[in-house]
Amino acid sequence: MAELRNWLERLGHIVTAKIWRLGFAARFFFYVLLHSGTALRRFGLTIREIYFAGVLSMIIILVSGLFVGMVLGLQGYDTLQRYGSGEALGVLVALSLVRELGPVVAGLLFASRAGSAITAEIGLMKATEQIAAMEMMAVDPIARVVAPKFWAGVISMPLLAAMFSAMGIFGGYLIGVQLIGVDEGAFWSQMQASVDVRNDILNGVIKSFVFGVAVTWIAVFEGYDAPPTAEGVSGATTRTVVTSSLAILALDFVLTALMFTGGTAK
Amino acid sequence: MAAAPIVEIDRVSFGYDAARPVLHGVSLRIEPGSVVGIMGQSGCGKTTLLRIIAGWLKASAGTTRALGQDLSGLDDRGIFALRRKMGMLFQFGALFTDMTVFDNVAFQMREHTDLPAGLIEDLVLMKLEAVGLRGAAQLMPSELSGGMARRVALARAIALDPQLMLYDEPFTGLDPISLGVIARLIRMLNDSLGQTSIVVSHDVEECFRIVDYVYFVSGGKIVAEGRPEEMRRSGEAFVKQFVRGDTEGPIPFHYPAPAYAADLAQVAADG
Amino acid sequence: MKRSTIDIWVGAFVAAGFAGLLFLALKVGNLASFSTDKAYQIDAKFANIGGLKVRAPIKSAGVVVGRVSEIRFDNESYEAIVTFNVDAQYKFPRDTSAKILTSGLLGEQYVGLEAGGDAEMVKDKGRLRLTQPAVVLEDLIGQFIVNKAAEGKSSKEAK
Repeated sequence: MAELRNWLERLGHIVTAKIWRLGFAARFFFYVLLHSGTALRRFGLTIREIYFAGVLSMIIILVSGLFVGMVLGLQGYDTLQRYGSGEALGVLVALSLVRELGPVVAGLLFASRAGSAITAEIGLMKATEQIAAMEMMAVDPIARVVAPKFWAGVISMPLLAAMFSAMGIFGGYLIGVQLIGVDEGAFWSQMQASVDVRNDILNGVIKSFVFGVAVTWIAVFEGYDAPPTAEGVSGATTRTVVTSSLAILALDFVLTALMFTGGTAK
Repeated sequence: MAAAPIVEIDRVSFGYDAARPVLHGVSLRIEPGSVVGIMGQSGCGKTTLLRIIAGWLKASAGTTRALGQDLSGLDDRGIFALRRKMGMLFQFGALFTDMTVFDNVAFQMREHTDLPAGLIEDLVLMKLEAVGLRGAAQLMPSELSGGMARRVALARAIALDPQLMLYDEPFTGLDPISLGVIARLIRMLNDSLGQTSIVVSHDVEECFRIVDYVYFVSGGKIVAEGRPEEMRRSGEAFVKQFVRGDTEGPIPFHYPAPAYAADLAQVAADG
Repeated sequence: MKRSTIDIWVGAFVAAGFAGLLFLALKVGNLASFSTDKAYQIDAKFANIGGLKVRAPIKSAGVVVGRVSEIRFDNESYEAIVTFNVDAQYKFPRDTSAKILTSGLLGEQYVGLEAGGDAEMVKDKGRLRLTQPAVVLEDLIGQFIVNKAAEGKSSKEAK
């Protein structure tokens, strides 16, 4: 009996702590939005962060996109040609990339490449009292450090997802048209006939934008909330990758349900 | 005592949570132009006291006045405005690791003023010259030794000519030469720039050499205060133990524990 | 503020991102090929539209001339009314007939327009009278089986 009570008490503590943290994270999010003036006025700060979040993620995004597209080309052709519709390969590759794989895989890569770096950097700045020093110099570290990183992530993510999709389609083209020999005209024309700019491409961009907000929010919050020790920062970095990956997948489900199950769905 | 004190703390109490108060009923006055030491063991609440003066932590009771303003009545904006007149040197310098030495020192000038780049350059080189590191302007913090990093941090802290300097353990982890340099700089900058300084430290020798007045903090209270030479002769048990570094005195060597014999007997009984 | 090498990289990054978006919009999607700005609407009644969907292409002689913009059910005639958005540059005679066709055996369905001989052209909001419903595969197979059975019977009777 005492053990059960003890156990329930512990569970209660954990739940309370989680909800407390969630509330803090939400307040932190709005604080960042409200204090974004500096990040936008002194855009050089944000550009510097775009370099770290976006440019440095570009190689992994482009290479992964190419390979994912090539695999889609191989697998897709194998399945499609059983039904005699190998020319539909372009449609398959383009729709899977633009609607799902582009935003989701680019988001996951972004979380582990840029998200973890953002958390580690803010966490280390906190552990080495750089954040405190900034506050002591009457400079708000959220406006000066966190907000530029946040906006850099939000700007970079849709661009990275677009690069991923474009590269993937190119990979599918290499395999499908150049290697397997699907008719090039059919590959592109079928793709163009079935991919809609508003329903498919724009929705994909919206998805990647939402993922960008989610991943960078989680990353800056975990960094800012990290205990100022070596273990604290490494734990926060791991949590960033895990939490933002789960967030991407959960959000993807919700967004797909909202976007693609309306009357116009295929 | 004609001039109003720069910092005046009256019966201030503070605790991170209600169960464990860190400070109770601390009062002190710091006269303009002086260098004041706050000494005590690690964890006695002296850094907390410093943070209350900087407006970082809000005292749960008592009044805190710094640079003529009552801190309890200030919002974030007011605290930030006040801090522009303060400088703080952190324990390990806390330099921004992604900027050069030059940019570190220029940081506050760029954030808070609209000075032209040329003037900022002159000012930064002047501050670096004051700490003897003008030649290191283009180095990154990772290329500096501990003592040099501390001096750069000092140059950064005095960038906007603060009226009040706060030093949080400025001597920790330095070799004797760097330590002497930092100590001399603290005194020199204080006198030449007309500042008032508060030095939190547990390094008796260095501290006594440069301060005009010293407060001893133990268990969240001020247990002794006076000029360094008075403190050396003090009969107060804690001060005696602290100044001489004795193991015997009011601060016990052992962490509170049951009697040793009883503990051994317990181990034997369990075995 | 000075120009720095980071700016070049960020510039290249943003340009690459927009190039990707542009590629998706123009080459993968079909933003350039068809705009609904200058289009007029025609509708037609079908007894059965099969699997026709909104946005399905309207083709005449194999050329895409428009898209299905709306499908609704008419509660008086119990038929489907399909509205077409036809590009303004294509004009059709009033007696044009509309058919619902399937691309390939199992492909998606589209509307085929076959021009008639009338001198007068269809106007905006006009209606096509001649329609042919979608071929429903089940009906087709059912018909085929019935015919085969009837054939078998008649050949047996002939013996």
